[in-house]
Amino acid sequence: MDDIFGIPAPLLFGQLLLGLINGAFYAMLSLGLAVIFGLLNIVNLAHGAQFMMGAFAAWMLLAWGGIGYWWALLLAPIIVAVTGVILEKLFISRLYKLDHLYGLLLTFGLALIIEGIFRNEFGSSGLPYRIPPELSGAWDLGFMFLPIYRGWVVIAALVLCLATWLIIEKTRLGAYLRAATENAALVQAFGVNVPRMVTLTYGFGVALAAAAGVLAAPIYSVNPQMGSNLIIVVFAVVVIGGMGSILGSILTGFTLGVVEGLTKVFWPEASATVIFVIMAIVLVARPAGLFGRA
Amino acid sequence: MVMNRRALLGTGAAAAAVTTLPRLSRAQAANTYRIGVLTDMSGTYRDNTGPTSVICVRQAVAEFANRGINIEVIEADHQNRPDLGVSLARQWYDQGIDMLLDVPTSSVGLAVQQVTREKNKAVLQVGSATADLTGQACSPNAVHWAYDTYMLAKSTGAAMVKAGGDSWYFITADYAFGHALERDTTAQVKASGGKVLGAVRTPFPGTTDFSSFLVQAMATRPKIIGLANAGLDTINCVKQAAEFGVTRRGTRLACMLMFITDVHSIGLEQGGGLVLTESFYWDMNDRTRAFLNRVKPRLANVYPNCIHAGNYSATLHALKAVADMGVPAAKASGADLISRMKAMPTDDDAFGPGSIRADGRKIHPSFLFEVKTKAESRGAWDYLKLLQTTSAEEAFRPLAEGNCPLVRS
Repeated sequence: MDDIFGIPAPLLFGQLLLGLINGAFYAMLSLGLAVIFGLLNIVNLAHGAQFMMGAFAAWMLLAWGGIGYWWALLLAPIIVAVTGVILEKLFISRLYKLDHLYGLLLTFGLALIIEGIFRNEFGSSGLPYRIPPELSGAWDLGFMFLPIYRGWVVIAALVLCLATWLIIEKTRLGAYLRAATENAALVQAFGVNVPRMVTLTYGFGVALAAAAGVLAAPIYSVNPQMGSNLIIVVFAVVVIGGMGSILGSILTGFTLGVVEGLTKVFWPEASATVIFVIMAIVLVARPAGLFGRA
Repeated sequence: MVMNRRALLGTGAAAAAVTTLPRLSRAQAANTYRIGVLTDMSGTYRDNTGPTSVICVRQAVAEFANRGINIEVIEADHQNRPDLGVSLARQWYDQGIDMLLDVPTSSVGLAVQQVTREKNKAVLQVGSATADLTGQACSPNAVHWAYDTYMLAKSTGAAMVKAGGDSWYFITADYAFGHALERDTTAQVKASGGKVLGAVRTPFPGTTDFSSFLVQAMATRPKIIGLANAGLDTINCVKQAAEFGVTRRGTRLACMLMFITDVHSIGLEQGGGLVLTESFYWDMNDRTRAFLNRVKPRLANVYPNCIHAGNYSATLHALKAVADMGVPAAKASGADLISRMKAMPTDDDAFGPGSIRADGRKIHPSFLFEVKTKAESRGAWDYLKLLQTTSAEEAFRPLAEGNCPLVRS
């Protein structure tokens, strides 16, 4: 095959695919953030820590309970969501009437505490978690070697993202959610228990983060910092997509994964920075984000 | 990425470190030698340095008790940031800390070495890897213990080429340490008759997905992918290389900097068969086992690597020099203390007998190990088997080749 911009085409296709895989994680995490921000008006900085807790929950289920990957994929998000619901009830619910900044600082503090506890318990260099046997091995696509597990991550992420979008945009429950976002008092007057709905929405957003964590466990080292490395990028993704925009966060997540993947080929040193450069440009040109409403 | 949140913490950490200093009366202060362990307590290198380094320093201090000297040890987290490391070092020195230890992350190590010279204090570099610490950046106020990039390149690099790995591609952490390790390994590979096909520089810290870089490396069809990185970066690379079938295609990984603590994290299933270089292993001989048994009660389910043991050994030797010249003289001039340390032969259970060269390089043998497979391992932390030993004279860069100004003068 021919070269594209001096890079052999097979290599470029491979990198696009890898970018898409990383984009799947960005999309899942930014989706959870968007859902939480949309309804709670809370910038959930604990999201990275909850992603990490998902991965650790999967590890604990296996190491301590002998429960494998597939059950962990279901159980770990539920377990972490329960801790999220407790946090919401105890702390976060007290801040809804205050400025965004308070929620941001509270969840930032919670994230540091959670990470600190895990670091003390498990150290920083991480724990091994095997790829499930059904998904180990790789496909030879001709232009690259694609581990089956990575393909599974993209499919799982797409399904989760689309399901979330459908629930919020196309169901009655989603309609309540959207209505409560617009005018909580009015929705409550119609007999909907808004505080409970808010709590469960937070739990759902946290469960999405934890599910991403379980998906990440076999690929990345399961360690306390795994979330803090991702979360700042994911915030940039949310800002670029537009705070609170569901579809925006999904599309932006996948797109920026690809952009980052390409940067890793053309200018590897800048690959950690490129998303922030895009964020700065978007903020100047369209402060509400690409898909946001001003 | 991590920078943002860490920037928020930086000022707080600096303030906290300063407030932990107890106030001493003038008479007490004159007879108290104060050691500050500046290390990574929360980041990528925490398990390779961090709390276990502090424990090993305290072990040396405990073994040196009852000799009429008050010794005080405090610790702080520099978060792998040169700016924070320098401001902590400056504040500590101004508040009466006499000597710094560990200082992992080469960019921080180099910066702190500079401050130490300005203030005429002493720094015992253990955690940092760059051989520049005893090369162009060498200082009369510093000693470099345990290992450096030249030692790793010479032992692992040359051995891999000899075993048939004559074409290399590097995945390099994009900062002082990665650059030095890539440079030193390239020199060894070429000297042994191998060639380097290319290198990719990965952002540090904050890279967790190396698949893109591994695929780029594989596209050049090298026999060896050299990992010029450390800690979590190396662990993620090894994990993802297995996932992408790198070794099944006949390419081998050369982990240029890997410790027993990393092996523990990777696990023997994926780590078995990798080779690595360390200058200390707990199961080498009766003396190393004796050291382990003494320090073990203080450790939290972790065995020391060569950095941890290096912190013990360096502290012990420095305290011998302090005792030899008296606390007031040692406090008065860091350079005098370091030159006294250079004049005395070193000897301890972890590294055995050794010496310190004029450029500040601590000299001892280096060991090439192969990671045991699960079937070979007989118990907890029984991870390594010795492949070859490089003698103390051969292990490090020859004195004349380092361009250290102290040597020329």
